[in-house]
Amino acid sequence: MLIPILFYGFAAILVAAGAGVITTRNPVYAALCLVLCFFTSAVLWLLIEAEFLAIVLVLVYVGAVMVLFLFVVMMLDIRAEELRASFTRYAWLGWVVTAIVIAEIVGVIMARKLGVDVTRGAPPLPAGYSNTQELGVALFTHYVYAVQLAALLLLVAIVAAIALTMRRRRGLKAQNISAQVAVRASDRVRVLKMDPEQRQ
Amino acid sequence: MITLGHLLTLSAVLFALAVAGIFLNRKNVLLLLMCIELLLLAANFNFVAFARYLGQLDGQVFVFFILTVAAAESAIGLAIVVVLFRERRSINVEELNKLSG
Repeated sequence: MLIPILFYGFAAILVAAGAGVITTRNPVYAALCLVLCFFTSAVLWLLIEAEFLAIVLVLVYVGAVMVLFLFVVMMLDIRAEELRASFTRYAWLGWVVTAIVIAEIVGVIMARKLGVDVTRGAPPLPAGYSNTQELGVALFTHYVYAVQLAALLLLVAIVAAIALTMRRRRGLKAQNISAQVAVRASDRVRVLKMDPEQRQ
Repeated sequence: MITLGHLLTLSAVLFALAVAGIFLNRKNVLLLLMCIELLLLAANFNFVAFARYLGQLDGQVFVFFILTVAAAESAIGLAIVVVLFRERRSINVEELNKLSG
């Protein structure tokens, strides 16, 4: 009895926070609503016993990605009112598309011939089952090349993000170490041969 | 008892909200990125639910990789937004017409 109450409660919070993300005028509030979305999703994933991914969602999304979002939102001087000037012009199209998407997906879910019984509860897990352990075994045996590829992708993302945002300031006085090391005496000292001047 | 239908309906609602958000906030690049994150979350919800209810772990492994790709995507996307703002002093999507001439 407790689990359905928790599910409905957190699902309501999740939908409300999602609505907050798309309707609030202030991007900071939108980012904070998105944080709430991720937290409640993590709780819901805990309820269906996907513990490892729930913790990863909190650590990676709330801890890293959303903090990055907040940094960028606060760093940029955005005039939010201007960006919402034509807020209502295409709103009706948005709601129509939303209604169509919901109807389609719910229709697919409720289809009898899907081959999956959607009204059934989750199969019970065996005693002593560890989600983290099973996921780790799957990741490092069957999906090991995919893990390597994901690591490479993250490396490329780091390099790309740094290369995009790095800028050289003009007029900055900095040492050029390699030029200093490569210098020779002949570049610095010029030996002149000249006749001695005559005393008059 | 939570059934598969509950979870799929919840993720459908979340997905639809995010699609509506893309229409509502189509001028602000930052909010568009946030709506994309919401879309990915809804997709991840489906993966986790099916992985649990079909008794196979591969869906959860997939969510792991989606999280990786989404983190890379948002890092690069935000870097582009920062560069864009430095260049144009604005993140309005309608003003991004430099490439089309």
